[in-house]
Amino acid sequence: MRIFDPHIHMTSRTTDDYEALYAAGVRAVVEPSFWLGQPRTSVDSFTDYFDALLGWEPYRAAQFGIRHHCTIALNPKEANDPRCAGVLDVLPRYLAKDRVVAVGEIGYDSMTPEEDEALARQLALAVEHGLPVLVHTPHRDKAAGTRRTLDVVRESGIPPEHVLVDHLNELTVALVADSGCWMGFSIYPDTKMSEDRMVRILKDHGTARMLVNSAADWGRSDPLKTRKTADAMLAAGFDEDTVDQVMWRNPVAFYGQSGRLDLEDVEADGSALFEGNSVKRGGE
Amino acid sequence: MDPRIPIALDERLTADAAAWLADAVARVGEDPAAVRGVFPAVGRRCGRGPLIAGWTVADAARARLLAALPLSGAALAEEIAALHRYGDSAEQRAVLRSLALLEDTDASFADRGLPLVRAALRSNDTDLIESALGPYAARHLDAEGYRQAVLKSVFCGIPLARIAGLTERADRELARMLADFAHERVAAGRDVPADVWPVVRAHPGTLEASGLPAETGSPSPDRREAAVRALAAFSATATAPAPAGAA
Ligand SMILES: [Zn+2]
Repeated sequence: MRIFDPHIHMTSRTTDDYEALYAAGVRAVVEPSFWLGQPRTSVDSFTDYFDALLGWEPYRAAQFGIRHHCTIALNPKEANDPRCAGVLDVLPRYLAKDRVVAVGEIGYDSMTPEEDEALARQLALAVEHGLPVLVHTPHRDKAAGTRRTLDVVRESGIPPEHVLVDHLNELTVALVADSGCWMGFSIYPDTKMSEDRMVRILKDHGTARMLVNSAADWGRSDPLKTRKTADAMLAAGFDEDTVDQVMWRNPVAFYGQSGRLDLEDVEADGSALFEGNSVKRGGE
Repeated sequence: MDPRIPIALDERLTADAAAWLADAVARVGEDPAAVRGVFPAVGRRCGRGPLIAGWTVADAARARLLAALPLSGAALAEEIAALHRYGDSAEQRAVLRSLALLEDTDASFADRGLPLVRAALRSNDTDLIESALGPYAARHLDAEGYRQAVLKSVFCGIPLARIAGLTERADRELARMLADFAHERVAAGRDVPADVWPVVRAHPGTLEASGLPAETGSPSPDRREAAVRALAAFSATATAPAPAGAA
């Protein structure tokens, strides 16, 4: 089984996770830039983070046989901090880079005017760079937030097939299905969305434009939720080809629209160095 | 820049890549800020494979974009420094390899690229260190900086033949440093990279002053044997052409 996790924050995970992901069949990931838990206080903190998403992390992933891509954006939470607003001005440099396959995560957190401005500007940047967008839907007031998100997306003029609306549930999936955008589901260890509920959604709404991710990060999360959902699909009677569609071909089709997906076989090369540093410890 | 590089680039580019690059060069010539969008895209547009003389296709194409910038002096240096700051390692190595060409194209660029060379020399990325040690570094690094760069290259395993200007710039103090390095290796029972010997050989007395020859009398057999091997390699080395500052 081959798996593409379209949303996972590997900078927050360990090398054990990389090994377990590879063993579970994960061969490619997309790491959206996001909020780090601890607020950043300057634009430079963001650029150092973006540099790590384009430098150290793909190198680390490659050592475990996994191809790493990323999405770059100013996330909605930090869009509210005036000290970080300048991130929008440096984004064009990053959106030109090889492994950047979308603008994201963008969207709403608390639906403030600052978030409106950041969302509109970043949708315009995506159109200008011909990139897809990864749109996060808010945890609070999700259905209203999703409707408002879809309105802004429509007004931006970006083609709906370039938009992935993420963190959906039973109450928001139909809204997005009707919009023509792609639908993302983050499977968590606790309440937000489980493997079994995901299987029911796929039975009710079909598998076209459907993506499943672990959204694993520094919080309580499980990087193997993609594989566990694939197993739940098989147990529920989906055939292997349909599992492959959801777990591999759909994310490849969505991010492939960037023209920058590079999925040549990743050879795990334990001898490679990144800027002279190895993930191995001295003496190995 | 080696004049064979642009020729090799033109031979290597596909028609699509050549058209893209020509268009990008024209856009940069009209609007220098356009370089910020096209410079990162070169690898996927033109290819990343090796070209000649240690350059990649992308290095050579990026050099052409930089040479097309309608800027000079401090303004040119500022644009170049920002491309380096926001560049990934492939972009940074191309900036470093282009510095000599930039100075050849615009004399007022002068030594304004030196901070980028120094940053690369502080890193542990052998690819960037090697890319920084082209003709531009040979022209502008002071004697101390140049010696430290050579020594760092030896430690990183970068063949000294790839460092520009070594024959002209290797002085007696560098030979002393390399002889001491060789002694250190021998004292650890290890072999010495063969490419340090021509520099040491060109400055008679530096090896003898290092204490390496005395290692042949060491009580530990591994040190004794390493010393014998090192001295044999030294003796077998041809004398380098007349170096700078030979005493
Ligand atoms: Zn996320």
